[in-house]
Amino acid sequence: MEYVKLVGILIIVLGFALKLDVLAVVLVAGIVTGLAAGLDFVHILEIIGESFVNNRLMSIFLIMFPVIAIIERYGMKERAAYLIGKIKNASAGKVLSIWMIVRSIASALNIRVGGHVQFIRPLILPMTSAAAEASKGGKLSEKEEEKVKGLSAATENFGNFFAQNCFPASASVVLIQSGLAVAGYDVTLSDIASSAVYVMVISVILTIIQVLWFDRKVKGGKKS
Amino acid sequence: MTDFLGIYFPEFFYVLCGLVCFLTAFRARKNDSARVGTMLFWTLTGIIFAFGKLLPSAMVGGMLVVMGCLTVTRQVKMGKFKESTLQFRKISSEKIGTKIFVPAVAVGLIALILSFVKYDVVKDGVAVPTALNGAIMTGVACVIALILGIVICKPQMSETREDTSRLLMQVGAACLLPQLLGALGSVFSEAGVGEVISGMISAVVPRGNIVIGVIVYVAGMVVFTMIMGNAFAAFTVITAGIGVPFVIAQGGNPAVIGVLGMTAGYCGTLMTPMAANFNIVPCAVLETKDPKWSVIRAQVPMALIMIVVHVILMLVLGF
Repeated sequence: MEYVKLVGILIIVLGFALKLDVLAVVLVAGIVTGLAAGLDFVHILEIIGESFVNNRLMSIFLIMFPVIAIIERYGMKERAAYLIGKIKNASAGKVLSIWMIVRSIASALNIRVGGHVQFIRPLILPMTSAAAEASKGGKLSEKEEEKVKGLSAATENFGNFFAQNCFPASASVVLIQSGLAVAGYDVTLSDIASSAVYVMVISVILTIIQVLWFDRKVKGGKKS
Repeated sequence: MTDFLGIYFPEFFYVLCGLVCFLTAFRARKNDSARVGTMLFWTLTGIIFAFGKLLPSAMVGGMLVVMGCLTVTRQVKMGKFKESTLQFRKISSEKIGTKIFVPAVAVGLIALILSFVKYDVVKDGVAVPTALNGAIMTGVACVIALILGIVICKPQMSETREDTSRLLMQVGAACLLPQLLGALGSVFSEAGVGEVISGMISAVVPRGNIVIGVIVYVAGMVVFTMIMGNAFAAFTVITAGIGVPFVIAQGGNPAVIGVLGMTAGYCGTLMTPMAANFNIVPCAVLETKDPKWSVIRAQVPMALIMIVVHVILMLVLGF
């Protein structure tokens, strides 16, 4: 009865689909999977607790909240809007295209420029929505506002994901190498990294198409 | 020195994260409803951040279960806050001018500079140059940015405390999800979930056809990453279970297949709420109307096209 172990996946899928409380769903999935695999309860708590503490780096962004609190109260978004408004022909698509290129190059060189808390909320999103308003010539609708947020966050992920393997010492390239080595295939880190360039270039092109497409929709929305 | 940079100094910044949580717990005393639950929730979060390394793991696990009970019974709520007025922000943005960007840019710039700093760790008698811990890079950058922000804006401390608590309450329990899903991944691998799945797939798929092999490998990476929320975990399992026997063993170039397998997994990451740090937390941070799907919705078209691109690239470049 190996398949019993998959019950956790079922719980997750159902829990997310039914919009139940996510924290509880994930905890239940973990505990039930552990029990199904014959682990004892305290050991499951140990695994969860240890992994949670070891992953604290994922939430280090909490430390940035006081900074955001100050700069937002003192008019950072308003200033970004003012500056973007001065640029002729600014548009959301152009801002995000430039960001995608910068973010991809940074990611490929393993330079730490990026992050939803560090860059998107304080810098990229205010500039993008100001640029979208400038190109539309008026306030964005709620739907467009939502789209701008989604695209800004997405661009950060695209640049981060599809370019990171171009850096030979990145964690993922090292993992690819060790995964292949276990299977008996020895390849160098630079072989792997050089094979990653195609995906990076294609992802940049596709992203630019997607965000410029959004520009057209925003401008079209003006007439209606 | 090695111990200090590798172990103790990062903890200092986690203690600061803990303080942000304690601040929020303290602010929760002014909540209209769910006062006790909200205070308890953020206090526990703060304790795990600040003292997680000192506590027994099983106790941290138990605290997380308590926190899960609080959220599922809706005992964790957002308080009421007075936000700054648009007029105030306009006036101060004119007064401060473009200097307002200095703290935000400083965060990136300082983290960037620190990412080039290397120090020697002695391993088996050999000095290995090692990058700083990520917590140090972000932590130092944010502390300096905070000081710059205080100097430039001269904010009132009470306002900053209020705004910080508001930001954290807005993000809410979502900020713990990435870590918790990481923990779930650990339980999955301890329980051997990956082996069961790759066993199921390899029992069904016919060997000997390169196109089918490539499609199944790419699809396997996508689907398994969506389930685990993590392409790294998927890569180890699916490459050993499917990638090697069905694709590389048929004459594929291992470096090309390997790297494309990994990014195929990232296409899955773009579409799953399980990758909370990339897809759910940003919704909370950017305050989207839809707390779960706004970011994923913007990413699905890209992900689907990239999946097809991966199949084509694997066949063209890999063979």
